[in-house]
Amino acid sequence: MKAASRSLYKRNSIHSDHLFGLAIYLCAALVAGAFAWIVADLLVHGLDKLSWSFLTEAPRSSGRKGGISSILVSTLAILAVTMAVALPLSFAAAVWLSEFTQQGGRLSRFVRVCLDVLAGVPSIVFGLFGSAFFCDFLGLGFSILSGGLTLACMVLPILIRATEAGLSSAPEGWRQGAAALGLSKSAALWQILLPAAAPSIGAGLMLGVGRAMAETAALIFTSGYVDRMPDSILDSGRALAVHIFDLSMNVSGGDQAAYGSALVLIVLIGLLNGVALKLSDKLLAKRISL
Amino acid sequence: MFRSLTLASADQRLQAVLLALTLLTTSIIGLIVLFVFAQAYPVLDSSVWGFFDLRQPWYPLEGQRGMVPMIAASVLTTLGAIVLALPLGIASALFAQYYGHPVLVRPYRWVVGLLAGVPSVVYGFWGLTVLVPLIAAYQAPGASLIAGVLILTLMILPTVALTAEAAFMAVPPATLQAAHALGMKKSAITLRVLLPAAKKGLIAGTILATARALGETMALLMVTGNVVQMPQSIFDPVRTLTANIALEMAYAMGDHRAALFFSGLVLTALVIALTLAAHRQEGQR
Repeated sequence: MKAASRSLYKRNSIHSDHLFGLAIYLCAALVAGAFAWIVADLLVHGLDKLSWSFLTEAPRSSGRKGGISSILVSTLAILAVTMAVALPLSFAAAVWLSEFTQQGGRLSRFVRVCLDVLAGVPSIVFGLFGSAFFCDFLGLGFSILSGGLTLACMVLPILIRATEAGLSSAPEGWRQGAAALGLSKSAALWQILLPAAAPSIGAGLMLGVGRAMAETAALIFTSGYVDRMPDSILDSGRALAVHIFDLSMNVSGGDQAAYGSALVLIVLIGLLNGVALKLSDKLLAKRISL
Repeated sequence: MFRSLTLASADQRLQAVLLALTLLTTSIIGLIVLFVFAQAYPVLDSSVWGFFDLRQPWYPLEGQRGMVPMIAASVLTTLGAIVLALPLGIASALFAQYYGHPVLVRPYRWVVGLLAGVPSVVYGFWGLTVLVPLIAAYQAPGASLIAGVLILTLMILPTVALTAEAAFMAVPPATLQAAHALGMKKSAITLRVLLPAAKKGLIAGTILATARALGETMALLMVTGNVVQMPQSIFDPVRTLTANIALEMAYAMGDHRAALFFSGLVLTALVIALTLAAHRQEGQR
């Protein structure tokens, strides 16, 4: 049906139409060109900075020299805290929303609206909240823990949406079949629905990690600027994105190192997006084969 | 029918745990509003109108805290970005769905997806090292309103493009086939049939993009020059509300800190209103 309409739509091309089509191609070329420009700029300036020692050495003289080892460790620690908190919460909320409540019920509608609003809150406001709640009110101070918890609040909506999408891809018949066989809902959940939802959950996880890794504004007043190697998650730690910001704005002569760090960040996020795409393609293929 | 069956006791326990965790998750947005509000509370008295006083400059340490130039900067960068990103994003969605050659469309989608994933600090860095010097060559100082608009355009473009594509997909194919059967030209079908039919989705996408643009911080902080002033031209440096928070939070104390939380509160209220408006526009999801 879709393909048919598409080909119908394409067949009719009259001369005066060409201008419109050309304008659309130009717009697309502009978007792709801007992307290519950004990537090429990063590659040209960042590639010669990239080396094994850049990844494994500690930063020296505010990051101008040395590498980004402690920054990478801090980033991973923040992400670990984020995911350790956000995964179980988002999993529970998604399972409750899609399996344990009446669709369109009052409470579930309320929960959904709250989550949508949460997804729209600007990252700088998450930073304000994290600084007031985790750092001051809970007394965690500038720490990897505060930063990770702040980011966990931020990525929850993404993870919940992905998990829900995965669960809803399992056909209703499977649930009814499981119930007819006398399986409890929890057994059906663990044995049937979760395996079916796994690729989508994985894709959501990658996107969530990517979003958390890209974040700067929510971290500058929660996990802080300290570029030393953190001893524990109660230490302040500088995330990769914050490092790029600091090098380019506050450290004169830091541009080279900033290019290198930006390249590392982009490559990591590109990889995460690639894995997410693979996983959701797999999900799509699975759905078609059913 | 399946859902209304009575639950086994193991299921009841699981349900209770899930419900508790769901409510905890739901309460986060409440906590955010509560804590930002509580921190802003010291300035929420009769002097709150000072924030919107056009004659007051921004000297928060001396109790002068006119935010209008920063509000104007936030609104202008957002408006400029929407004006540029809307046609580009819609064209980009049309390309991906109807106009582009299939060989080009797959990598193009990949590019738009990656644009959405590029961290704002990288956009800011690129703007700072490439765009700002280019603008400065034309008109000093380079770090300006227009630099902010251009960077922000790139950043919200994927949002517009992806929501527009979803809106186009929701248009029934039969509508387009009928237009064809009437002998309409492709451009006429696009402009007169497809776009009006997808209007609701397009508006909802635009509202979401607006919310994202208003909340953007780091990239704007890096390219707009951060001077608190009413811009006289697009080449003047400006400071947005979000950039102001990021710049001053590190050392703000007392009422100054409360003033920053107040601007965060205003921002949150705006974004919440926009999000809800987008959902209303989209209707039942």
